[in-house]
Amino acid sequence: MSNATTGPDNLTGVTPDTGLKIGQSDESGPMLAADGTPLKKSLNRALRKQKIRALALIAPLLIFILATFIYPIGEMLFRSVENQIVGEVLPRTVRVLADWESENDPVPGDAVFSALTKDMMVAVEEKNHTRLGSRLNYEVSGVSSLFRKSGRSVDDFGEVYTDQFIALDPAWEDPLTFVSIFADEAWVEADAAYDGEGRRPRFLLRDGVGEVLPQTASMYRDFARVVQTEDEDSPTEEDVWNSVYLALYEDLSVQPDIPAGLPQAEMLATARGAVADFETADLRAAFVDVDEGWEETRVWQTIQQYSAPYTTGYFLNSVDLQKTPDGVDWRPENEQIYVTLFIRTMIMSTIITVSCILLGYPVAWLLANLPASKANLLMILVLLPFWTSLLVRTSAWKALLQNQGVINDLAVWIGIVADDNRLALINNATGTVIAMTHILLPFMILPLYSVMKTIPPSYLRAAKSLGATNVTAFRRVYFPQSVPGIGAGSILVFILSIGYYITPEIVGGTKGVFISNRIAYHISTSLNWGLAAALGSILLAVVLLLYWCYDRIVGIDNVKLGG
Amino acid sequence: MTIKTTLAASTALVVAGSAAFAEAHMANDMTLVSWGGAYQASQDNAYLQPYLEMNPDVSAVWDESSAEAVAKLRAMNEAGNITWDVVDVVASDAIRLCDEGLAMEIDHDEMLADGDDGSTATEDFGDLLVSDCFIPQIVYSTTVGYRTDVAEWNGNTPEDICAIFDLETFPGQRSLEKRPIGNVEWALLCDGVAKADIYDVLETDEGQAQAFAKLDTIKDNVTWWSAGADTPQLLADGEVVIGSTYNGRLFSLIVEQDQPVEMLWDAQMFDLDGWIIPTGLSEEREARAMDFIRFATDTQRLADQAKYIAYGPARASSAPLVSTHAELGIEMAPHMPTDPANAENTFLYNYEWWADYRDDLDAKFQAWLAQ
Repeated sequence: MSNATTGPDNLTGVTPDTGLKIGQSDESGPMLAADGTPLKKSLNRALRKQKIRALALIAPLLIFILATFIYPIGEMLFRSVENQIVGEVLPRTVRVLADWESENDPVPGDAVFSALTKDMMVAVEEKNHTRLGSRLNYEVSGVSSLFRKSGRSVDDFGEVYTDQFIALDPAWEDPLTFVSIFADEAWVEADAAYDGEGRRPRFLLRDGVGEVLPQTASMYRDFARVVQTEDEDSPTEEDVWNSVYLALYEDLSVQPDIPAGLPQAEMLATARGAVADFETADLRAAFVDVDEGWEETRVWQTIQQYSAPYTTGYFLNSVDLQKTPDGVDWRPENEQIYVTLFIRTMIMSTIITVSCILLGYPVAWLLANLPASKANLLMILVLLPFWTSLLVRTSAWKALLQNQGVINDLAVWIGIVADDNRLALINNATGTVIAMTHILLPFMILPLYSVMKTIPPSYLRAAKSLGATNVTAFRRVYFPQSVPGIGAGSILVFILSIGYYITPEIVGGTKGVFISNRIAYHISTSLNWGLAAALGSILLAVVLLLYWCYDRIVGIDNVKLGG
Repeated sequence: MTIKTTLAASTALVVAGSAAFAEAHMANDMTLVSWGGAYQASQDNAYLQPYLEMNPDVSAVWDESSAEAVAKLRAMNEAGNITWDVVDVVASDAIRLCDEGLAMEIDHDEMLADGDDGSTATEDFGDLLVSDCFIPQIVYSTTVGYRTDVAEWNGNTPEDICAIFDLETFPGQRSLEKRPIGNVEWALLCDGVAKADIYDVLETDEGQAQAFAKLDTIKDNVTWWSAGADTPQLLADGEVVIGSTYNGRLFSLIVEQDQPVEMLWDAQMFDLDGWIIPTGLSEEREARAMDFIRFATDTQRLADQAKYIAYGPARASSAPLVSTHAELGIEMAPHMPTDPANAENTFLYNYEWWADYRDDLDAKFQAWLAQ
């Protein structure tokens, strides 16, 4: 009685397994949902709603983590390549310096010193020059005071031009002369109407003046804006800087066409005729007079090398390399430190992790297998250090380990060591390993304990009843099941220990400090945040790499923090 | 008569009004940043409590963050939220904060009180105004303490700084600060370089190598300290027999705790500690901070601080006013690093030079330590 239309595969209409059946059949064409829309689309719609709802539920947490964790860390790490300060503070100098070749010319030409005069003038008014000095001082010693000293006298540089322009026509002394040439007329009106309320109208250059007098226009704009923002004054009332006259002299020296429409065109034309006979200022001599550092090729090379907005310099520095005119090279041997410290950090963290496993494993086993009342007491002992300040615990180790400390005294009293040959247990790597193993031990014991707690004791008994010795039963039955706990504990301990710096600083002396001590130094003392960020990024990359290796070798699924 | 009364009354009104006006333009909350411990307590006793008595409306809190002040101020500045009003820092940090634009530049004569002897602030502080942003408060020194009961020394006692480098006469462990500043100068001084030439020599690679070579001779016998409390503890425990630390720490070790330790004033390394005001404060907070600092750095207040701690006042005019210890009752003047008897051979470290060479020498110093 079997009818082709009533067989299980021939039912018409939609059944719950329609999709499956269509999927299995060879029929082409879209699968349709009950309402006739393609199944894929319908499914997607349903899932999308679910996804959005799920996303909305976790959104507060996600935004919180992004805003307070990912973003600040990302921004901090970004500093390892960021280097905009050189280009921002010395825009003109950087542009002119790009053509300079140190092989041909140990010190750049006059154009660079002229650009430097203008940039410095703006930087001094904006109080940026000392910041740039500190930045470049990380690369060459002495630049810090070079910029600080030069900043004090740069406003006099080029004064000879100012005097000559004024001698030519006293109107050049009047700030309004410059306003009439360089300022946008609409701005002049707005500035005149400004009554002290709200924000001052921002200075605008007249259209077209930049083509006739490019340097002066840009210098005057900087002058006007600095007067507005730093002095909170109007450029119509402030004496114009010497560097503007310097720029004007340079612009007029190339004998530009002065369009008749430009205000004061006549005055400009007269000056254009006169500049050829002007007495010139030796700006290089003026800078060198303040500090001979300006004649050092290395200073200029450094400015040139670090003029790009992004730099690899910090990263090179953090692996003991440096930029030289001939490419990347090792730093002098007496300055190499970071590679040593990275390696030391890795080795010592491994030693600490292994000691934690050796010491923590039996304790965790006891915790998991003792009767509840005794296990609880033991657990309190394990947790006790957590409730004591880190500094107190570390300082206690000092009292125990030092030369005249408890352990040495005891050893001398028993007679294991001679009084004049006491053990050096502190202010070296040994001290760091001992103190840090103690501090990090709970982080090993707790994951181990929580994993061991889930291993049924009957497994061991079963192994023994099948003829295994104690050792075999442990090795082949118990230990493999506790490996996830070892994995979790090791990752915790290792990652915590490579980032530690307080304990190594206190008990580590010189041979027991980590890379994090240097990071802390650069963050809080030397203020070289770029280098600190580069060191931190490398440390982070190493941790991620180790994590990846761990995943490949052991498998991250095998890590358990709890049952 | 009525006119007179009206006049007097209106004058009184104006005076009261302007006082209220001035008052209204100063913030009433202040956060002061200092180093904690005995030093901060001395500031609290000598400056803040008297100031609060005069200004009962003001409330002030201390933040013990001076050790990280430079980094924290930079972070606050970047976040645009300055929570500190006056910050106590050492001079070299003040110079860096000033360079970074994080500390306010100050017109010392205009903003600080004149000395009691009539001198202007600039004259009174003299050479100690090492930065435009820095208001000096005390002179302290890094100097050397030694145990008096070392049998191996055969009765010899250290008489000058070079005892640190003399392992033959003065064997034993010594402690030095874990940074190049101070140590390289002493090393060169004891290697025969004249005091005046030290920074010129240090500027050269050979000079630096010479300093490190001298330090090499004692490297195996040095415990390096990084906190001011380390050397006093090491000396008291007998871990080291001779070591450098701040003179105030040695004072409390010797005088207050009565340990078998003596101190050397030879080649003491002068350093300064003082106030800065962060940039970016609101006008009201800035006015309050200035008002406090004007009071806290006047002649009498600086002299008062010496009652509580053995650091010398930065004003010359304060020196004659230094009296006795608030609890022990002993004369404090002989314990001041600035006392003429102690200051026969001093070393004022060159701030400008160190601002330039600090990064470079520190890298070399750390590499040398790690070798």
